[in-house]
Amino acid sequence: MHHSSLGQAMPATSRRTVLRGLGGAAVLGAGIPLLSACAGSSASSDPKTVTVGSNASDAVPKKGYADVYAAFTKQSGIAVDINTKDHNTFQEQINTYLQGTPDDVFQWFAGYRMQFFAAKGLASPIDDVWKTIGGNFPSAMHDLSKGQDGKYYLVPLTTSPWAVFYRKSVFQKYGYEVPTTWDAYVALCKRMKKDGLVPIAYGDKDAWPAMGSFDQINFRLNGYDFHVELMAGKASWTDAKVRKVFDTWAETLPYHQEGAVGRTWQDAAQTLVAKKAGMYMLGMFVAQQFTDKADLDDLDFFAFPEIDPAYGQDTVEAPTDGIMLSKKPKNHAGSVKLLEFLGTAQAEEIYLKADPSLIAASSKADTSGYSALQKKGYEMITQAKHLTQFMDRDSRPDFTSTVMQPALQKFIRDPKGIDSLLSSIERQKKTIFASG
Amino acid sequence: MSSETTTKIPEAATVPPPGAATPKRRVPHGHQRLLTRRDRITLGFMAGVPTILHVALVWVTALASIALAFTTWDGIGFDSIQWVGLQNFKELFEQNPQFWPALEHNVIWFVVLIAIPTPLGLFLAVQLDKKIRFSRVYQTAFFLPVVLSMAVIGFVWQLVYNPDTGLINSVIGANEPGKYIDWIGDPDLNLWAILIAASWRHTGYMMILYLAGLKGVDPSLREASALDGANEWQTFKNVIFPTLRPTNTVVLVVTIIEALRAFDLVFVFNKGAEGTELLSILVTNNIIGESSRIGYGSAIAVVLLLISLVVIIPYLVATFRKERRA
Repeated sequence: MHHSSLGQAMPATSRRTVLRGLGGAAVLGAGIPLLSACAGSSASSDPKTVTVGSNASDAVPKKGYADVYAAFTKQSGIAVDINTKDHNTFQEQINTYLQGTPDDVFQWFAGYRMQFFAAKGLASPIDDVWKTIGGNFPSAMHDLSKGQDGKYYLVPLTTSPWAVFYRKSVFQKYGYEVPTTWDAYVALCKRMKKDGLVPIAYGDKDAWPAMGSFDQINFRLNGYDFHVELMAGKASWTDAKVRKVFDTWAETLPYHQEGAVGRTWQDAAQTLVAKKAGMYMLGMFVAQQFTDKADLDDLDFFAFPEIDPAYGQDTVEAPTDGIMLSKKPKNHAGSVKLLEFLGTAQAEEIYLKADPSLIAASSKADTSGYSALQKKGYEMITQAKHLTQFMDRDSRPDFTSTVMQPALQKFIRDPKGIDSLLSSIERQKKTIFASG
Repeated sequence: MSSETTTKIPEAATVPPPGAATPKRRVPHGHQRLLTRRDRITLGFMAGVPTILHVALVWVTALASIALAFTTWDGIGFDSIQWVGLQNFKELFEQNPQFWPALEHNVIWFVVLIAIPTPLGLFLAVQLDKKIRFSRVYQTAFFLPVVLSMAVIGFVWQLVYNPDTGLINSVIGANEPGKYIDWIGDPDLNLWAILIAASWRHTGYMMILYLAGLKGVDPSLREASALDGANEWQTFKNVIFPTLRPTNTVVLVVTIIEALRAFDLVFVFNKGAEGTELLSILVTNNIIGESSRIGYGSAIAVVLLLISLVVIIPYLVATFRKERRA
């Protein structure tokens, strides 16, 4: 009876279905690692298509890039296959993406983050492209596009400066003047507080905005060269110069919006939109929060005030985005053509028509279509003696994300105990920079 | 040789006494009918595929991450793996300012879940077990948070706690300069704020577990204790609760697991900023993303694994011992 129940009561068909299901599961299991690899490549070995890995997932940049690629296809007859991923996801998966089968070209950032992948052999040098497009860019952009080996790896497209943003109408109403020195800046904060405003809007829930504040004070106080050394892990975080940055910063912390660690930058920007805050130090993308045309026209900015006259306001933080060539592009010739096109002023103008919150990286691009804000930003960048990217683009991302982000959050919440914080940063920095 | 043996077999079969031969012949014969070739292949697949999957996805990966804990690796190419011995652990225990708080928060998470939502869930279950009106409605209402994904819960509560526009600060007027209560950023508050959200969900979970346990309690026990003149509390304390022992074990294990794997809620809430660091979040921050400190992150994961083992092994030993006795 027992054997019959096992051999017969279970009909063959059902056993087969079970097997089929199992086979399916096995295929599925085997498919998981493949899936991630598939995502990057949409089969294109034909010379008429170039694939692009894009992190421009927000509506405005997405449309801007689509317009640029459409113009390229029209001009060259080469189709562009865009593979867009969520901005943050793209960033988080960049390691695996570049090691798998990446698209022919991919969008990425200038600075250390580009040099890192170039040094790892995950991107191809594009010196030949720069022979054609080199004349379109100012020398600062040339430097930003080179790897540590001196070869070019990136075609810069757009940039935008970090500065102190304010409402013209608010400054007019209270009779404030744009501060150019640190003392004037602190005095203005005091006045704003007396007038019932939040002097400096602030939100650091996302953990990166505070890195921008550090950058500004550091290169104003200690100069560009020291900033670069510090970011590269060469200078020490326990140096008295760094300690002074935090002391200077702490001087203005009482004038920063309270509860910053629990607030997103968008919410902080809303206090500036609502005219409850006097100033906000952020990138020019803060303009995205000004959805009303009248509010946007009222928005203006000034360069972060001078702290040490020896350095003045010579450095501007201007994160630059661009496009790189992957290690083994399937369509090399087509990719080079696309990169050459993207390096022209024409391509950048098409992009900026769709996204007016940024500035063209090329000095040849036509600035007549710029808004007042863009024009000012453009001037600021072209007149800068030095350009920096941003702490997490100028230094190792593993160091900035696992050490600096929590440390700076801790500091702005409770500025006491700077010394122990700095020695902790320095200890962790040493081990991280010592590894690979 | 082969022809000889085949010819000998029928002879050999006929020679032994019939009484002994019949069962001997029938058993192999029966086995053959029981498992045909196809059956054996089928069974091989049924046992083999899950085994392969299990070994590949659980054991290989677990052992690989233990091995990686003693290396440093940026995740690019296998040749960049460097053996560093115990350095990751040394760094973790001595230098990482987030490690000890994270461990502490995992423990607090467990203690709070056991101390507040678990008794609360038991209380609700006892009330619902009394066959009151609309019992199903209450059950659904309390159980609803368990059905929601943790990420959704984190998002909803983050809206409640938002310092500027959130429900709480707006209602009590704490969203103005000078009166701020920073539920999300203040390390003295944020863990408790999140634990309220976690408890809100856990209560429903515990309620369902206990309700299932209570349904299994023999009604004659209640009758007997009522006949003995015990009041409701005495009945519960001396009769019902002791019979819930198996449920309590499950509750304990489930709560420990919840406390150790707590991640999604906090990650959505504030990404594990100061005050809400958790081991799972440290692992993620170090491994996922551009940081790619895979060796270091694995070391944290190994610590998490060891803690889990310390908790799970005694449980398994106890369970097996009970089974052997039974």
